[in-house]
Amino acid sequence: MIHLERRPTPSRAWGAASPLLAVALTMVAGGLMFAALGKDPLEALRTIFWDPVLGEFAWYFRGQILVKAGPLILIAVGLALGFRAGVWNIGAEGQYIVGAICGAAAGLVFYPTDSVRIFPFMVVFGAFGGIAWAMIPALLKVRLGTNEILVSLMLVYVAENLLASAAVNWLRNPDAVGFPGSRNLARWDASANLELIEGTGIHWGVVAALIAVIFAHVMLTRHLMGFQVRLAGASPRAARFGGVNTGRLIVLCLGFSGMLAGMAGLFEVTGPAGQISIDFASGYGFTAIIVAFLGRLNPLGIVAAGLLMALTYVGGEAASANLGLPSAAISAFQGMLLFFLLAVDVLTNFRVRVGKGVAA
Amino acid sequence: MDLSSISPALLIASLMVAATPILLAALGEMVVEKAGVLNLGVEGMMIMGAVCGFIAGVESGSPWLGFLSAAVGGAAMALLFGVLTQVLLSNQVATGLALTLFGLGLSSLLGQGYVGIKTNTLGRIDLGPLTDIPFFGRVLFGHDPIVYLSILLVLGVWAFLKYTRAGLVLRAVGESHDAAHALGYGVRRVRLMAIAFGGACAGLGGAYLSLVRVPQWTEGMTAGAGWIALAIVVFASWRAGRVLAGAYLFGGITVLQLNLQTAGARVPVELLSAAPYLVTILVLVLISLRAGRGGDAPACLGKPFHASS
Repeated sequence: MIHLERRPTPSRAWGAASPLLAVALTMVAGGLMFAALGKDPLEALRTIFWDPVLGEFAWYFRGQILVKAGPLILIAVGLALGFRAGVWNIGAEGQYIVGAICGAAAGLVFYPTDSVRIFPFMVVFGAFGGIAWAMIPALLKVRLGTNEILVSLMLVYVAENLLASAAVNWLRNPDAVGFPGSRNLARWDASANLELIEGTGIHWGVVAALIAVIFAHVMLTRHLMGFQVRLAGASPRAARFGGVNTGRLIVLCLGFSGMLAGMAGLFEVTGPAGQISIDFASGYGFTAIIVAFLGRLNPLGIVAAGLLMALTYVGGEAASANLGLPSAAISAFQGMLLFFLLAVDVLTNFRVRVGKGVAA
Repeated sequence: MDLSSISPALLIASLMVAATPILLAALGEMVVEKAGVLNLGVEGMMIMGAVCGFIAGVESGSPWLGFLSAAVGGAAMALLFGVLTQVLLSNQVATGLALTLFGLGLSSLLGQGYVGIKTNTLGRIDLGPLTDIPFFGRVLFGHDPIVYLSILLVLGVWAFLKYTRAGLVLRAVGESHDAAHALGYGVRRVRLMAIAFGGACAGLGGAYLSLVRVPQWTEGMTAGAGWIALAIVVFASWRAGRVLAGAYLFGGITVLQLNLQTAGARVPVELLSAAPYLVTILVLVLISLRAGRGGDAPACLGKPFHASS
C-alpha cells in the first residue's frame, strides 16, 4: 500500500523542484495530446518551446515573449500577494478591462493635444480603474463577509459588457464611420506605449512588471506588511491573535492586485492592442492565476513562470500557423500545467511511503 | 417599448427552460458542498458536459446518448478534481480554478469540428389535452423530459439528505470529517462519490445548454452559468428546495432581460446582458447581510482531510 505521511515542515527541495517536475510531466502529457491530434509531438514541442527562443526566427519571437510576459507577470504578482494571504481575487480579468477603459477614457479627453503628461495621467487612471473595480469585492468582503471569489468573478462578466458598451458607444472613434472600437491609442503620440528599446518588446508595461516584482519581493521578505500577508495565509487564527487587521489586509491585497491588473490593461490598450475594442479582453487575467501558482506565489518565481507561459502563447501561435495545431490546444495545455503543478505539490508537504502503514 | 408582447405563461415556461442548466449544476454542487468539498470547477465541468453531450448527440443522433455521455464527461472531470484534492490533498480553491481553466480549453479543443452544426434535440412531452389548458397547460405540461428530471432530482436529493442513512453519513462527513472518520465512515470515499455526482449533474446541465436550450455548440457557451450555480448554492443556504427557487429566480431574470431586449426597452443592451451577474452580486450581498459570517455552510467546507493527522 502506498500512503502519505505529513512532513513536519514543507520540503524546500521539493518546493523548488516541483514546478520543474510539473513542467516535465505537462510536456509528456501535452506531447500525448498533440499526438492524439495527429501532430508529431516532438516537432510540436520543439515549435512551441525551442524555436521561439533559439530557433531561426527567434529575433522576432523573443520580443513577442516579453510583450506577453509583461501583463502576465504584472497581474500575477498582485494576485500572488492575495493568494498568499488567503484572499482569492479571481476577477483580475475584469480589473484589467476596467483599468484599460478608465485609462483610455482619461487620455481621450485630451485628444488630440500632445503632451508628455498625458501618458502618466492615463497610467494613473488605469491603476485607479483597477483599484475601483477590485474595491467592490474587497469592501463587500470586509463589511458584510460576502464571498470575494464569486463577486470578483461576476464582475468580470459585468466588465465585459462595459467593454462592449464602451467600444460601440461612448468611446467609439467618432471619425471611423460604422466601425466599433475607440481611436487608436498606439498611433497617437501622446498615449502610445511603444517599444523602449527596438526589437526587445520592452514597453512600459514590462518595466512596470519588473518594478512590481522587486517591490513585492522586498515587501514580502523585509516589511511587516509582507509578514502579515504570509501569516494570515499560513494561519488565520494566529494572525488574529497576533493583531493583524484582517480587513485592512483584504483591502490592501485586493487593491494592490486590482491596481496592477488595471495598469496591465492600460499598457496593453495603449501598446500591443492599440484600441478599446470588443475583443480586447484576451484572458490574461485568468492565465495570470496559473502564472501565480506556477511561480509558487513568489514574485521571483513568477518572473520565470510568466516567461514560460508567454512562451506557450508565442510558441502556440507559431505552432498553429506552421503545424495547424488548434489554438485551443494551448489553453488546454496551460490548464494541464496547473493541474500537474497542484498534483506534484503533494510531494512538498507529504512523504510517500510504500509498505504497510500505521495509519491507513 | 411594447410590454404586451411578453406573455406571462410563455415567460414562466421559458424561465423553467432557462433555469434548468443552472438548477442541475447547483443541485450537484450543493451535494458536493454538503460533503464538505468546495469544487469551484463547476464551470469547467459544465462546459465539458456541453461539448461531450453535443458530440455524442451529433455522432449518434440520439440526444439521450448525448445526455448520458455529458454526465459521464462531467463526472470524469470531477473525479480528476477528486483525485487531486482527496488523494493528493491539493488546495481545493486552486484545483477548482484549474478545473475550470482546463475544461474551457479542452472543450474548445474537442468541439472545434462541431461549431455551427445542428443536432437532434429533445422534443416536448406532448400530454395532449393537458397542454391545452389555458395558462397552466403551457406552464406545467409540455416541457422536455430533462426539465421534469431536474425537478425530480431536487426532490430526490432533498429526500436523500433528509431521510436516508447514506444522506446522514454524507452530511456528517461535511460537518465534521474527523468525527465521521472516528465512527468508521470512509470520508474520502463518500466525498469522491459526492464529487462524481456533482460532476455528472454539472455535465447534464451543460448538455442541456448545448442540446436543448441553444441547441448548438459554441466555445465558452456556458458564459458563467457554472459560477452562478455556485452563487445559488450559497443563496440557497445549502437546501435543495431553495436551490430550485434560486435557479428559477435567475432563470426568470435571464428570460426577462432577453424579452426586454427584444421588446426594445430603452435600456442599454449591455446593461441588460450584465443584469444576471449584477443580480447575483446583489443576492450574495443580501445573503451575507442576513446570514452574518459563515451562515449555514457545512462546518468542514473546503477543509482538506488527511486520516493520519
